[in-house]
Order: sequence, then C-alpha cells, then structure tokens
Amino acid sequence: MTWFLDHVPQVWSLLVTHAVLAALPLLLGLLVAVPLGWLARRYPRLYPPVVAVTGLLYTIPSLALFILMPLVIGTGILDPRNVVVALTLYTVALLVRTVADGLAAVPDHVLQAATAMGIGPLRRFLAVELPLAVPVIASGLRVAAVSNVSIVSVAALIGVPQLGSLFTDGFARAFLDPIVVGIVASVLLAAAFDLAILAGSRALTPWVRARGAR
Amino acid sequence: MITFTDVTKVYPDGTIAVGGLSLTAPTGRITVLVGPSGCGKTTSLRMINRMIEPTSGSIAIDGRDTATLNATELRRGIGYVIQSGGLFPHRTILDNIATVPLLLGWDKRRARATALDLLERMGLDPALARRYPNQLSGGQQQRVGVARALAADPPVMLMDEPFSAVDPQVRDQLQDEFLRLQAELGKTIVFVTHDIDEAVKLGDQIAVLRVGGTLAQLASPDRLLADPADDFVADFLGRDRGYRGLAFAPAPALPLRREPTVLLGSTADAARAAAAGETWLLVVDAAGAPVGWVEPDRLAGVVTASDLHRGGTVARVGGSLRAALDAALSAPSRRGVLVDESGRLAGTVRAHEVLEAIEREGPGGP
Amino acid sequence: MNLLLEYLGDPAHWTGADGLLRRIAEHLLYTAITLAIAALIAIPLGLWIGHTGRGRVVVVNIVNGVRSVPTLGLLFLAVLLLGPRLPGDIAFLAPSIFVLVVLAIPPLLAGAYAGVDEVDPQARDAARGMGMSPWQVLVRVEIPCALPLLFGGLRSAALQVVATATIAAAVSVGGLGRLLIDGQAVRDYGQMATGAVIVGVLALLVDALLALVQGLVVSPGLKPVPALRTRRPNAQHPEPAPQAG
Repeated sequence: MTWFLDHVPQVWSLLVTHAVLAALPLLLGLLVAVPLGWLARRYPRLYPPVVAVTGLLYTIPSLALFILMPLVIGTGILDPRNVVVALTLYTVALLVRTVADGLAAVPDHVLQAATAMGIGPLRRFLAVELPLAVPVIASGLRVAAVSNVSIVSVAALIGVPQLGSLFTDGFARAFLDPIVVGIVASVLLAAAFDLAILAGSRALTPWVRARGAR
Repeated sequence: MITFTDVTKVYPDGTIAVGGLSLTAPTGRITVLVGPSGCGKTTSLRMINRMIEPTSGSIAIDGRDTATLNATELRRGIGYVIQSGGLFPHRTILDNIATVPLLLGWDKRRARATALDLLERMGLDPALARRYPNQLSGGQQQRVGVARALAADPPVMLMDEPFSAVDPQVRDQLQDEFLRLQAELGKTIVFVTHDIDEAVKLGDQIAVLRVGGTLAQLASPDRLLADPADDFVADFLGRDRGYRGLAFAPAPALPLRREPTVLLGSTADAARAAAAGETWLLVVDAAGAPVGWVEPDRLAGVVTASDLHRGGTVARVGGSLRAALDAALSAPSRRGVLVDESGRLAGTVRAHEVLEAIEREGPGGP
Repeated sequence: MNLLLEYLGDPAHWTGADGLLRRIAEHLLYTAITLAIAALIAIPLGLWIGHTGRGRVVVVNIVNGVRSVPTLGLLFLAVLLLGPRLPGDIAFLAPSIFVLVVLAIPPLLAGAYAGVDEVDPQARDAARGMGMSPWQVLVRVEIPCALPLLFGGLRSAALQVVATATIAAAVSVGGLGRLLIDGQAVRDYGQMATGAVIVGVLALLVDALLALVQGLVVSPGLKPVPALRTRRPNAQHPEPAPQAG
C-alpha cells in the first residue's frame, strides 16, 4: 500500500498508456470489422472463409505476434505500434464474426420494410441494420476490450512500457507490491472499458430498454 | 384403462394446475384432453408417466397405482410423443426409433429390425433410416416421433400436441394416418391438444378442461357437439356446432337420383343434348368418376378441363350427413354428387333431401 | 525473414539440451498436463452445472472474472508466492502449470456447461419420458449433444494454454517461450522470430488436431445442415478464446 502511495504518478502514467494501447485497437478493429462483417453477411459465400481466416489469426499467441510484427510492418521491436497493430488484428478477428452474426439477426421483415420505403442499400445499412445490430456488436466489443487489456501487459516482456511493466519490475526484484497494484489496476481498467461499452451501447439503443428487455 | 382419481397438482408458488380431476381413459380408445392454455391438460398427461408427480389423488393403469411402480420402468412401458418430436439429434433415425427397445435390453439386431419395420409402417422411406433428424422435414420428424413411441409396442401411448408443429395440410395427413394406424393397433391413447377440431376428429371421447384443471365435460365428440354441458364448453367448441355434429351422424340411406352426365372431351352439342335444358351438367371421366360441372349453353367446341366448375365437393355413399349436405350446398347446380367406394358416380342428392334425412334420423340432438 | 531462415537452417539449433525439438516437446508436455488437469476439474463440474441447472451464476462470474485478470501478473504473483515453498526443480514449473490450469478452466467450464444447457429441452424431455434414468439422460443424450460446444471450449482452452505457456518462459521454465525471452535478452531477433513462428504453427497444429478429433467424435447429426440457415448469435455460446498469452 505504501509502495502504491509513493508511486501514484508513475502508476497513473502507465495506466494511461495501457488504456491507450488497449483502446486504440478497439476503435481501429471496429472500423475494419464493420465493413468486413457486412461483406460476409451480404455475400454468404464469403462468410466461411472470412470466419476461418480471422479464426486463424486468433490462434497466434500474442507474444509471438508482437515479435513478428516488425517483420510485417517494418517497425522496430520496441515500437508500441507493434502492440496496436497486433491487438487490432485480434479485435478484427473477434468482431468480424460478431458483426456478421449481429447483422444476420436483424429481422428480415424490418429490412424489407426499409427497402419498400425506398431506402437505398447503404442508407439502409447505416440507418437500420447497423443500429439494430449494436447490442450484439457491443457484446463482442466487450469481450475484445477485456481481452485486449489483459494482453497489453504481455508487451512488457518485449519492453513496451505500460501496467505490465509493474509485473516485470516486481518480478525482477521479487517484490509483490507492484505486481498486485498492476493486477488490480488492470482488472479495474478492464471493468471500466466494459462499463463504458455497455453504457455506450445502451445510449445508442434506447428502444432496447424501452421494451423492458434488461 | 387409465383411471384418474381426484388428482390435483399444486405448484410450490400456489398455482393450481390440476384441481381434483377424475376420469377414465378406456382401453383401446383415444381419449383427448382439450382446453385453453392453463387448463392443466399437459400436466395431467405428464402425471400419467410420472414426469410430474401429483400433489394428491392417484392415477392407475389397469388398476395398478402408478405411484407404486418404478418411474423409469413405468415410462419404458408407455409410448410418449411430444410436440416437435423431441428426436435425439445425435442419433440416426433408426437408432432414435430403437431407443426404448435398447433400454429394455433387446439385442441390437432385433431392435433395429423392429425399428426399420416401424419406419415403413409410418409411411417413411427406409432410406431415411441412416439419416439424422436435422435432415428430415417437420412432418417426417413427427412420424419418426410416433414410430419411436411405438417401438416397444407399449399398450399405452401419451401424445402431447404431436401434430401442432406442422403445417395444416401435413397435419391433416398425419391425423388420417394416425387414425388408420390406431384402427390396426388399438392402443390406449391419451392425446393432448388445444385444437377442438383435432379433438373432434381424433377422439373416441373428449375431456374438456377449464383453467385450473377441472373437468368441464367428458363425452364422445357427437354428444359434446350436440349437448355442451355449459357456456364454457359451448364457447370453446365454437360456432357451427350443429353442422359439425353432422359429421358423426349415422349414415342414412339418401334418395339418390340418376344424374345425366357427359364424358370429358364430348362436343358441345352432345353436352346440350344430355343437359336437356338444365343449366348445369355433370362431367365424368372415362372411369365414370365425376370431375366437375359445366354450363352447356356456354360451351364452344368440346368439353375441356378448363371449362369445368370445380367448386362442388364430393361425398361418399354411406358417408356422413355433413359430407352429403356440403356436397349439395357446394355444387353450382345444388345437386350434391355422391360416389361409390371406387369413386364412380352413384347419383346426386338435394340439400332438402339431406335435411329430411337429418329430421328423420336426428344427429343426436337434445 | 533471412534471420529466421538462418536460424532454422542451422542444425545445431534443432538438437541438443536446449534445441528446438526439446523446446517443442516441453511446450507440448506443459500443454497436455495443463489441459488434462483442467479438464478433470472443469468438465465434470460444467456437466453437472448444465445437468442440474444449479450454479449458472458461478460459471458466468468465473468466466468473466478470470478473463479480466492479466496473465503475466498472475504468473509472476504465483511464482513469487508459491515458488519459495517448493523444492528446486518445480519451484517455477508448478506455479506456472497452476496459472495455466486457472486460465484453461473457464473456457472448458463454459463449454461443458453451455453444451449441456443448450441441449434441446424436448430431446431431454423425450429421453426422460421414454424411461431413461437421470444418468442415462446425461450419458446417452446430454453429453453426446454437448460435444460440439464442449470441443469449442477445449479448443479455446488449448489455444489459451499454448499461448500462455510461451509467456511462462519469463519465469525460467522451458518451452518455446525460451527462444523469445532468451532472444530478447541477447537481442537475437532471429531466435525470437523463430520461436514466434514455431509457437504460432504449433497453436495451429494443436487446434487442427483437436478439430480432427472433434470431427471423428461428434455425431454427424449435430453438424450444421448444408442448407442455408440464418445464423443466430447466441449469448450462451462460449466466447472465442480470450487470449492472454
């Protein structure tokens, strides 16, 4: 506890870096996954390969992916961009299927009603399908967020500083306090992400609550 | 024979699902439990094989109180069919049907031979034996469900809305097959449905239950239609009770008239000659089966299939009064077409003649 | 890329006390031990919860709770707390296996639980109604029907363990993580990249092997029908492997 009180500014700055490293891939991943998911939904033949390829991405261990990133994008080994790109890949892997399934769950009669009213495909997607798929997409995003927060700390092993650095420091000095503080901070950060996404999803889908469903 | 004696089922939250039910389902007959949702019909059914235990009262099968029997052994001796089949998705059709025989310890070969036999008996292609339930249509799955319940040849069958998950046309077909099968097998059947028409069609006797699980009326279908015990039963039976009751009236001898006919493909002149001034003329095919009515005055050239008025229904000689009346009312000529066993024209009958027969025989009214 | 090929091309890197073959064997051994222990704990528990319907809340909370704990921190904590109480050789290995087991349990538990929980209630009802004992219902109907989701959980757990076992090298145990950690220490990128590629390939192979077993074990009746069917996302399916390693 005293260790924590003595190191509040340091922990805070690591926390902020950690949050950025975890959040940025979520946004980028979402931006990539939505069009991909739409394609997989729009052209059912694309669904199996898209799911297979993204599933394959997910099997690559994160530490391995961090280390291999420089080979692919030409960065230095210590570059935080390795972490961002790697986590973006994981986020995409997780979200594409969720987006496709979420869009598939939009009732057909709603889509036909929209088409019958003369709404074009793109507007229909943005104004009808996507909003209705928000709850499903948000649930996928929550999983990705919690998983990202946990994975970011692994990057401490290749020397990218964030909350994970507290683990490596503590372990090197056989000193428990920083490790415990790091774990607690990381769990809290994950919880904060989870709540933020949940709140965002609810704000975007007022009809869900109006219907009384949860 | 299945006997309910003052059976009640009260759930822990105080809901009374069945309130003091006493009735007897006779051996070899179909007893239908029917009523609105919440009338405890399914609960009553499930208490017979002890899927649900009664709160009080007793249920006996052929005089043996089921509470004294081992539940799993009791169930192996009772066929059980549920709404959407409840087939095991991981087993082939053949193995699904063989479930109970295998539970009873039959050897595999005998169980499968029996299963294959039943598959064919239910009108299913033996090639389906190796398929899995998700490769079958709803109607086929339901047939497999019935075959599975019959596999160990249990004397008693419990059927919980077995045909309600399929479309009306298939349902009708399944009901007909079921009745045909029952005529051969003579099982003691308790059948639950919410559909009064199904109850009337299938039941030897019908128990109408009201919400709260009490018996409103227990009667044969014709008695039920003719003489509902109270407003609840009357409402539940719905409209057209008198007319629907005619379906159960004993087949009377109706005065058949000879009907002039013309063969499909005849010339317009031949048709006009046969009609002898009547507006409508009956057309038959080469086998003598009626195919429809034509108006000879409107004919040009020969009588073709597209000239036919097909509105009229056809009744069988010795069939129900309802079918005969409907044939008369639906024919454009108002002359109801009756056919013999082989589908050949036997003659026509007029609505007032059917009504006179009804007056004479009576559909069993009060 | 050249560094990678150079490293792989040198036969000295393959054999010997800390050669690639040995590292691969160690990695697979850790994975197998972990999965065996975790499966023994989680599968019966998950089946029981699914069968009785008791303790669903526990499953959800364990799965979500463990998912948000950072693996690396947990690993270091376990080694620092347990290590000093254990004799020499296993002082690092036992805590590592312990953490791996903790991580492998949630997906296995969720898979077993959801598998049984999602068995068509009508099939379960029919099984009971035809006179199966509760045990027969579990063994003849619920477990066979639960296999697809159970395998989903097992594959998630396996990926998780293969990945996290890599990190365990940071606490001086063997496995392919050694190449990554040792390579990092001496700034040998060729060695690191080699380890990364092999561990990735290993993860794919393990997953492919389990997929193969799944294909052999799961009844064809439980595979999706080839006909076009609208997919419905199901909140109860175990999520894809949340990777921590």
